[in-house]
Amino acid sequence: MRRFSAFAIAREAMRNHEGWGRTWAKRSPAKRYDVIIVGAGGHGLATAYYLGRNFGITNVGILEKGWLGGGNTGRNTTIIRSNYLQDPSAAIYEKSRGLYETLSQELNYNVMFSPRGVIMLAQTHHEVRGYKRTAHANALQGVATEWIGPERVKELCSIMNIDGPRYPVLGGLWQARGGTARHDAVAWGYARACTDMGMDIIQRCEVTGIDRDGERVTGVQTTQGPIGCDKLGIVVAGHSGVLAKMAGFRLPLESVALQALVSEPVKPCMDVVVMANTVHGYMSQSDKGEMVIGGGTDGYNNYTQRGSFHHIEETLRALVETFPMISRLKMLRQWGGIVDVTGDRSPILSRTPVEGIFVNCGWGTGGFKAIPGSGFGMAELMAKGYSPLTAAFGLERFREGRFIDESVAAGVAH
Amino acid sequence: MLLLTCPNCGLAVEETELAPGGEAHLKRFGPDSTAEQFEEYMFLRDNAKGVHFERWRHAYGCGKWFLAARNTATLEVYGTYPARTTEPPQHIRDEIARRTGA
Repeated sequence: MRRFSAFAIAREAMRNHEGWGRTWAKRSPAKRYDVIIVGAGGHGLATAYYLGRNFGITNVGILEKGWLGGGNTGRNTTIIRSNYLQDPSAAIYEKSRGLYETLSQELNYNVMFSPRGVIMLAQTHHEVRGYKRTAHANALQGVATEWIGPERVKELCSIMNIDGPRYPVLGGLWQARGGTARHDAVAWGYARACTDMGMDIIQRCEVTGIDRDGERVTGVQTTQGPIGCDKLGIVVAGHSGVLAKMAGFRLPLESVALQALVSEPVKPCMDVVVMANTVHGYMSQSDKGEMVIGGGTDGYNNYTQRGSFHHIEETLRALVETFPMISRLKMLRQWGGIVDVTGDRSPILSRTPVEGIFVNCGWGTGGFKAIPGSGFGMAELMAKGYSPLTAAFGLERFREGRFIDESVAAGVAH
Repeated sequence: MLLLTCPNCGLAVEETELAPGGEAHLKRFGPDSTAEQFEEYMFLRDNAKGVHFERWRHAYGCGKWFLAARNTATLEVYGTYPARTTEPPQHIRDEIARRTGA
């Protein structure tokens, strides 16, 4: 792998930029791999990367039915934060946020991590109490957040109207080291590092069946032929239920559409990320100047990557009150992704009833922020059979009633 | 926008008038059931890509529950039927067979 550096730019400038290699290699599948990861999105690629980096497992095939990073990795609103209430959540999301801090240096690929700060607005008295509680919990967990009053919110984000009649801003939970990153670059950077370790990334290779020998996985059937493996990692977000069905078990997930949209580009006006969970809306400004807006999920199962228009209308209607200036903006693009939502709104990183198959799913509406931490923990789980980071996120928690309930108390927009 | 006909009051209504209720025909188990059976009922879902039977409530209308057969991969609606059934009625199954060719 050619390292990116100032020297490399100077060298390539001298020879018409003909020496840059491909970011990742196009490969056709081998007969078998030690580990197959299904899904070349952020979580799948990060899992493969940390398998190689931390455990020396590099005979890895990463299968992708579409194109690399073309699912939810390319469809999210790129927010990174770790201000969760429950200890297991704070641990994995804070690990992830910490890895993001140095990810560009580690991968030698600019993921444009921008710790610009995230405010979660409290717009009801219930939220004020909830976020104060989260700030205290975060202090105990070693996650740097603080409760701030409405004046400080206004200072951090001057385009906000804090006196709205219906949704006044009563304060917020502020995480100064939260922010955003370039979502495509995260996938591309991991893919480049995986290729560099000799792993095969195989695009347009859809898994159509899972082979078992009794209770053990032996390989997968794909549109590019059968491939054998010792261990199989299913990291496919919205389609997790489809893959689980092939393997012969069910998951506590429902797949629903989540939509996002961007406005026309405008001059810089907002240098923090703002989330407003009461009204299910969140907004930040991209480096291109577009206002990036996300909303709530649809209520019904859906695999089409299209959502209901009234959700966009509801999100914008609420945000216009809090950010009056966006009433004049034209919205340029709108899209949807299929997110897999669990009952307790926490992810699943787990062994499965089939020996050798592991699942990493259920990130629901907030998976992007977790990519490095999720891959880090999942790799340890797949390599050693146990990871302290993922131990609480096992499938058995539903049967045993040990939920990591982020659905009501903590900072989750859903 | 999703349009469904409420079989209770006969109105064809928009999604905004309805409240979604998740997968239909879930089997409940009694007081002596095991943790596995409860997990099955409470959490595990087929989450089908394709034909999906689901519960809806006509929340801003007659207020009653009903069931719908819908395709999650194409967003086609095959029909709606009353909630007092333990499995999809014959005319819904016929309609699904006719339109999916299965």
